[in-house]
Amino acid sequence: MDFSFTDEQQMLLDTTRRFIAERYDFEYRNRVRASEAGWSRETWDGLADLGVLALNIPEADGGIGAGPVGSMLVGNAIGEGLLLEPFLASAVIATQAIVELGSEAQRAAWLPPLASGELIVVLAHDESGTDNTTATRDGNGWRLDGRKSATYHAAAAQLLLVSARIDDGTLGLFAVPSDSSDMTLQPCTTVDEQPAAAIRFDGVRVEADARLGDDATAALQAVLDVGLAALCAEAFGAMDRILKATIEYTRSRVQFGVPIGSFQALQHRMAEMLMHLEQARSMAYLAASSCSDPDPAARRSALSAAKALMGQAARYIGQQAVQLHGGMGMTDELDVSHYFKRLLAFELRCGTTDQHLEAYREQLQVSA
Amino acid sequence: MDLNFTPEELAFRDEVRGFLRARLPRDISERMHRGDHSHMRDDIENWQKILHAKGWGAPAWPVEFGGTGWSKTQQYIFETECSLADAPAQLAFSIKMVAPVIMRFGSKQQQEYFLPRILAADDWWCQGYSEPGSGSDLASLKMKAERDGDDYVLNGQKVWNTLGQFADWIFCLVRTDPSVKPQRGISFVLIDMKTPGITVRPTKLLDGSHEVNEIWFDNVRVPVSNRIGEENQGWTYAKFLLGHERTNIAGIGASKRELRRLKQMAVNQPKGSGTMLQDPVFASRIAQVEIELRALEITNMRVIFAEAKQQAPGPEASLLKIRGTEIMQRITELQVDVLGAGAVAWAADDESSRATPTYLNQRKLTIFGGSNEIQRNIIAHMILGL
Repeated sequence: MDFSFTDEQQMLLDTTRRFIAERYDFEYRNRVRASEAGWSRETWDGLADLGVLALNIPEADGGIGAGPVGSMLVGNAIGEGLLLEPFLASAVIATQAIVELGSEAQRAAWLPPLASGELIVVLAHDESGTDNTTATRDGNGWRLDGRKSATYHAAAAQLLLVSARIDDGTLGLFAVPSDSSDMTLQPCTTVDEQPAAAIRFDGVRVEADARLGDDATAALQAVLDVGLAALCAEAFGAMDRILKATIEYTRSRVQFGVPIGSFQALQHRMAEMLMHLEQARSMAYLAASSCSDPDPAARRSALSAAKALMGQAARYIGQQAVQLHGGMGMTDELDVSHYFKRLLAFELRCGTTDQHLEAYREQLQVSA
Repeated sequence: MDLNFTPEELAFRDEVRGFLRARLPRDISERMHRGDHSHMRDDIENWQKILHAKGWGAPAWPVEFGGTGWSKTQQYIFETECSLADAPAQLAFSIKMVAPVIMRFGSKQQQEYFLPRILAADDWWCQGYSEPGSGSDLASLKMKAERDGDDYVLNGQKVWNTLGQFADWIFCLVRTDPSVKPQRGISFVLIDMKTPGITVRPTKLLDGSHEVNEIWFDNVRVPVSNRIGEENQGWTYAKFLLGHERTNIAGIGASKRELRRLKQMAVNQPKGSGTMLQDPVFASRIAQVEIELRALEITNMRVIFAEAKQQAPGPEASLLKIRGTEIMQRITELQVDVLGAGAVAWAADDESSRATPTYLNQRKLTIFGGSNEIQRNIIAHMILGL
């Protein structure tokens, strides 16, 4: 049992935090949010210079290989700063998919430019309802049809990794260049202010070498689990920051001649927020240390426990932070409402709180 | 970062498990499992003697006083495994409360006399802190101790004396100077329960149990040599003691044991064509508490890890107390709910005869040891700086 971080891990956290503090304050973020792309190339290049985009690339492939704990610490910092750049989508999830499923040639072609920030890749996987994406053999290659629901940072990507059902019952993962014909992006902005797009494939043709690995079912689940742990880390960073802001606010906001933080009703609320936060921190640790567990059942159980508890913590902390900020918590002007929306998206993404609670419930067993 | 126990810690856990299998008397663990408290004094004392013979009588004590030299993690593993094996909890008033005060502030004679007797279960200790008018506001206590030669003469009343009916000794906070700020006029004294003038009366609780007492002191003479440390410094010693009451404050082992029992009860309880563990609504409630317990286990280990580096238990103990007691209470609620109407007839000779009174009894958890509201105040002041 050891809850310390290595010097390298601590340095990674410190440098990322410092970079964000110096380069990504709330006003800067507002400008990024208002820009056409909705994310900052300048920040992205800065993150690449820090090595943050190479975290999930193994050393053998020229990366840093910092593992889930490294992703967790950087994720914390990104959540604290509410970054709008595709760290999770490209540097964690898509990178992990290429590492897990890519051939030698695919790794060699994509990982170095991913590390340098020149290439952005996004996994297009989520579908709503009956929009099943299928892949049909077409000569030597494949033809893709179907839809994907709002995919974070799809418009920023030069390459999409598209999951598609094949008629033999397996799941394929296909690399699709963003300029492919017969593919349509329908852009939107998510509730947490990140650019996203729904994607439609109308017979998109790709060559045989566009496929990553064979049946991607198990590997893709492993990739999504690594992504879920990193998402939890971002959410923790946001919860941590919003609680600190709330404590600060109640210490400085004076009503009835005293700081409102001197009132016991509010103190107990914040004590409750802190307990949610500390339990959430424990679960972010659990998610990071379980997300690469080769036993899928143990991994899923730990991650569902983590996501369910952290989703509840996010809701409590987010709602109470807005409440304790009073009218100011309702404004667009203060950062609190933006943290609140980031946490709402966290609750709903990658399996909702209820879905993970249900998944955990279904595997409940009588212990020995 | 590594959330798993080290190979050495796992080996230690196996050693504890092996010891419990071999040496924990079956009749004791079965009574504990049934919630049968009819032999409580003998069970606790006999188990303490077995632990003492093994050299494990007081895991947290320094080796010089007969402790084990175990790390905080080892102590945590030991307590968790004991709980999971249905061993009686060691008497906290003796081992975790008065003993550390005697070690730190007591005289050499006090240490030499009392500590070996505590280890060997020769003496049973109870606590005399709360009074009818002094609960959360403990420093307002009024029990008088007036100097008369080499004795103090004690007059007053203590309440909520847990298992005081078995006690050979009681440690009390008493008022030695009523003229100063409340915290400044308190002394910490050790009193032989056989002294004339002491009357112990049971306080019957809602579950029908006789667990606590009120104790009356009527001109009770206590030698001044039974005072701990300096006169009027008792509040300092009491605060020191509070820090030591908290090493197992989250009660992870006990909650795991009761969760295990709850799931077994749910499997045994039919619902439609299946069981209560398959009922989505009820199983969701179990899942919820299991998830929170899983998180608290990690939080607890984080606190242990931090303590091992900085020594004294910090205000994080308040967090463990609040969440740990809430979780245990929710488990006992579910143990009643799973039985449904069957839990109403608590005299029946089945699970309901344990589950219902246990639920009632465990409401105490969020009240004693500093109520959970007081703990929230501590978090607000000490951690949040409000």
